[in-house]
Amino acid sequence: MEWHRRHVLGLSDFHPEEMEFVIDTARSMEEVLTRDIKKVPALRGKTVVNLFFEASTRTRTSFEMAGKRLSADVVNFSSATSSVTKGETLLDTARNIEAMKPNILVVRHSASGAALFLSRHVSCSIVNAGDGANEHPSQGLLDLYTILKVKGKIAGLKIAIVGDILHSRVVRSDLHSLGRMGAKLWLCGPATLVPREMERTGAVLTSDIREAVRGADVIIMLRIQLERQKTAYFPSIREYSRRFGLNREIFSLAKDDAVIMHPGPINRGVELSDELADCERSLVLRQVESGVAVRMALLYLLAGGSHAAH
Amino acid sequence: MKKTVTKTLLDGKGVDRALSRLTHEILEKNKGAAEIVLVGIASGGVPLSQVIRRKIQVIEGVEVPAGFVDITFYRDDLARAGYQARMKRTEIPFSIDEKKVILVDDVLYTGRTIRAAMDALVDFGRPRNIQLAVLIDRGHREFPIRADFVGRNVPTSRSETVVVRVEGTPEEWSVSLREDPTGKGE
Repeated sequence: MEWHRRHVLGLSDFHPEEMEFVIDTARSMEEVLTRDIKKVPALRGKTVVNLFFEASTRTRTSFEMAGKRLSADVVNFSSATSSVTKGETLLDTARNIEAMKPNILVVRHSASGAALFLSRHVSCSIVNAGDGANEHPSQGLLDLYTILKVKGKIAGLKIAIVGDILHSRVVRSDLHSLGRMGAKLWLCGPATLVPREMERTGAVLTSDIREAVRGADVIIMLRIQLERQKTAYFPSIREYSRRFGLNREIFSLAKDDAVIMHPGPINRGVELSDELADCERSLVLRQVESGVAVRMALLYLLAGGSHAAH
Repeated sequence: MKKTVTKTLLDGKGVDRALSRLTHEILEKNKGAAEIVLVGIASGGVPLSQVIRRKIQVIEGVEVPAGFVDITFYRDDLARAGYQARMKRTEIPFSIDEKKVILVDDVLYTGRTIRAAMDALVDFGRPRNIQLAVLIDRGHREFPIRADFVGRNVPTSRSETVVVRVEGTPEEWSVSLREDPTGKGE
């Protein structure tokens, strides 16, 4: 197949062949990361701007590393140090950056739809690095890639996602990537954080972590956003941890070769016990590795081709 | 649309003879197979480098290291193709430091692929030298690059395509010249 996309805003309209194409490209990228000289000139002379309106260390660093490995010039722009604090609007900020002629804008914003909005108003390529509770496509693809590396397939796997389903953009992207590749998805969390509409995706909803983990091949634990605790979606962190935290006893219900994933950063002792976070079945650090390769693939695919801004 | 005309330049035996001579020339110039490594350029150069490797084994009784390199990362026309095509693999599972690297490709044309492949190779180490072996040299160079070992020189026009097939048994191998209606010559 050939790649014709100009933006990566979400995985909702990605065909399975397209996802396989990205993963295949990521495999070539991963080979580069094993070399002594971990840099190739593919994106020489291209500029990637990381435009982050929300705090993020790992995603921004991952995109930055990905751009640099491909020899692109990478500029970081974060809201804390920018004119956003002086009242500039999202569009004004983006237009000002656009005037500096970047090729790709990597955007993270707290509002769902921010990336789509920008893609309609600026001429460069947009990569969504997380927009509100909507999507986080590079995470959806790196989760897919990480599972493929370990399990060799996706179809037929039981994958449990546990935590704050309601606010999670990772879940929405994972539903598209893992769901479309044929995984059987179970979504688990406090009833207040598992919206009923999610049933339409074909996923099974439950508030019983044992039911979700039993016989699972992969367990994805989501970060419980401590800052959201104010809104009282659940009584206390301790109770959450007791009912929805993954520990060795509950993990023993999963398949013998089950693996644990987490998009990070982990609240140790809340959603994941120390012991499990560091055990050999935890793929957390492999997700980070896959992340750089997948983001290299996305930047590479967007920067080439006649659709790209020059 | 113009009708596509295909002309056979070499049959299986012809390809095999050309590669035998080319292998002897490599061994003669390098006084044996010591310090030689083969690197095929994906995808056309890969099966050829395997054939050369087998011939060296028959002649000298040694197995030289062989790898392959994909030049996609090093192309100078990334944004010109109009789309991104599937990448191929790079696998050089040995050190090329101080080695005599025989770079193998099927067809030498503009020289741009070879430039990209040499850039890729020097990222893997510092070879003692790089020598270029190609089955077909069809002319039309755009860079100052020449092959050290050539199976066959073929005068072509830019509207023609050279089709090399070195898969399966030697009887199935062939090199043919095809009039390309698109006129791209690739």
